[in-house]
Amino acid sequence: MNSWSRFNVTSIVLGFAFLYLPIVLLIVFSFNESKLVTVWGGFSTKWYVSLFHNQGLMDATWVTARVGVISATVATVLGTLAALTLTRYTRFRGRVLFSGMVFAPLVMPEVITGLSLLLLFVAVGLDRGFLTVTLAHITLTMCFVAVVVQSRLVSFDRSLEEAAMDLGATPAKTFFQITLPVILPAIVSGWMLAFTLSLDDLVIASFTSGPGATTLPMKIYSQVRLGVTPEINAACTILIAVVAVGVIVASIANKRREVQRQLDERAAQRG
Amino acid sequence: MKSLGSIRRDFAPWNDPSAKPYIQFDSVTKKFGDFTAVNNLSLTIFEREFFALLGASGCGKSTLLRMLAGFEEPTSGRILLDGQDLRGIPPYRRPVNMMFQSYALFPHMTVENNIAFGLKQEGMPKSDIEKRVAEMLKLVKLEQFAKRKPHQLSGGQRQRVALARSVAKRPKVLLLDEPLGALDKKLREETQFELMDLQQELGLTFVVVTHDQEEAMTMADRIAIMDKGEVMQVATPAEVYEAPASRFVAHFVGNVNMFEGKVAERAANTTRITGATGAQIVVENSTESKAGSDIVFAIRPEKIKVSSKKPTDAVNALEGEVYDVAYLGDMTVYHIRLDDGQIIRASALNAARVTEDPLTWNDRAWVSFRPDAGVVLAR
Repeated sequence: MNSWSRFNVTSIVLGFAFLYLPIVLLIVFSFNESKLVTVWGGFSTKWYVSLFHNQGLMDATWVTARVGVISATVATVLGTLAALTLTRYTRFRGRVLFSGMVFAPLVMPEVITGLSLLLLFVAVGLDRGFLTVTLAHITLTMCFVAVVVQSRLVSFDRSLEEAAMDLGATPAKTFFQITLPVILPAIVSGWMLAFTLSLDDLVIASFTSGPGATTLPMKIYSQVRLGVTPEINAACTILIAVVAVGVIVASIANKRREVQRQLDERAAQRG
Repeated sequence: MKSLGSIRRDFAPWNDPSAKPYIQFDSVTKKFGDFTAVNNLSLTIFEREFFALLGASGCGKSTLLRMLAGFEEPTSGRILLDGQDLRGIPPYRRPVNMMFQSYALFPHMTVENNIAFGLKQEGMPKSDIEKRVAEMLKLVKLEQFAKRKPHQLSGGQRQRVALARSVAKRPKVLLLDEPLGALDKKLREETQFELMDLQQELGLTFVVVTHDQEEAMTMADRIAIMDKGEVMQVATPAEVYEAPASRFVAHFVGNVNMFEGKVAERAANTTRITGATGAQIVVENSTESKAGSDIVFAIRPEKIKVSSKKPTDAVNALEGEVYDVAYLGDMTVYHIRLDDGQIIRASALNAARVTEDPLTWNDRAWVSFRPDAGVVLAR
């Protein structure tokens, strides 16, 4: 079989070029000696050095990290609770409405979410700043966590919980000793998803943030409007590296666990 | 002394009017919405009994077990355990433990932690837990597997871990939901006997739910045959097989031939039946056999003798033709089409390797049986 036909190779090259050419360009130019973004002036890491001396960018990074961690954590708790309710109490009144309302923000245009949150914060007299961005990001990411955790709970064997209760564990103990550890991987990936979403949100943050709480995407966007600098390229390259490392580590760990599991199961079948 | 079946049971508290019932279902009904899973059911189980609930899926047997475990509450009626009403007592406070069909082993815990789980909930001292876990591992012969996780075990090993975990707390009653359903045939047969030995050794009361009649017959002291939320018969395996209470039970357990007919004449010890198609059958008297009543005569295939010549001494002999023969190794099954059109199933044990003058397809043949070989049931 000729799997490396000209057609196949062309498709792969075109496809990957479409996906990764812009990112590769960005990374390449972050190492540019020249101040002009589109003219190659030789290799240099000076923009990375100057990046760490740019107080504005560093502050924005710190804000983004704190917003991300706090909102992802709160959203994970709320999203997990919503997922539990949706999978466990299948016969309460208004369940369809409730699940629809939990998942609506998934398809809601961000502009609308951002605008409505802004209106709310103004109406209740909440000053825009760190707190409002965090609250907005909880609203945004909670439903994503709910989806991830719910898909795990659907395949969760309820008899595990019954067995725990049968052996004398109260419902609370059953939840913390059995349910939670078993669905933990889904909760962790829900948290990571929420954190990533918070990290790269620009629209909602622009609506709900205030002075002193500028997030990294907002900072980058505002600087780009004054002209793209290689410093921004460097900041983006670091972001890409962080995300890429996270994804690669997670998938390797997953793969390892899966392979180990298969080996164990084969060994068990042999006796 | 004559008795039904071929074994003698010395343990029979159900025949002793002074025996104290251990588990009592007292007119229990369970409804799920409009569906009635268990319908006004009463049942008594005795201490140290190995009791089987046998029925097709959806007959309410699992619901009965889950009500005993506390996962469901009866819609009406009472369940008593050792004299105590179980209503309102949550599963984690009931002195019963259950072995689940899926085993429900905790995937994130090792074998020994799975077994220790219930003991920890009790607040048992650590040294005692270790001792009990070691004892349980020895009981199910899994000493070398203590540190393994469930996914590192074979199906049979998982089943034994589930068993060890459910008996570790020494419950008053052990409930087993299709305990051998996930095992292959050979392992299942071995495990049946292991379970019986274990029950004897621990002196526990076992209530097992199964759809496999062979499993129930092998293991249980008594079987409750269930259908549509009701108990059709509660009896020892031999009684269920040899003296089924109804057509349903006769059909459900094993194979059976049914002759529909009318009681023609009742004598001192025997009753003569005229079959719907004209056959004359003489059987032992029973409560059903009042003259003129419509009845069904049920007889098991192995109680019927097949021969190529008319038997001289048989009370009941009917003539026909061999319609089908199946050789199964330990026995041979004949389908005989009687001259009145009815097809009779008869089976013969192959006690000898060599058969003189064997029957084959389309041979003329006679079927014969004794007057006490079958039972008369109401139509």
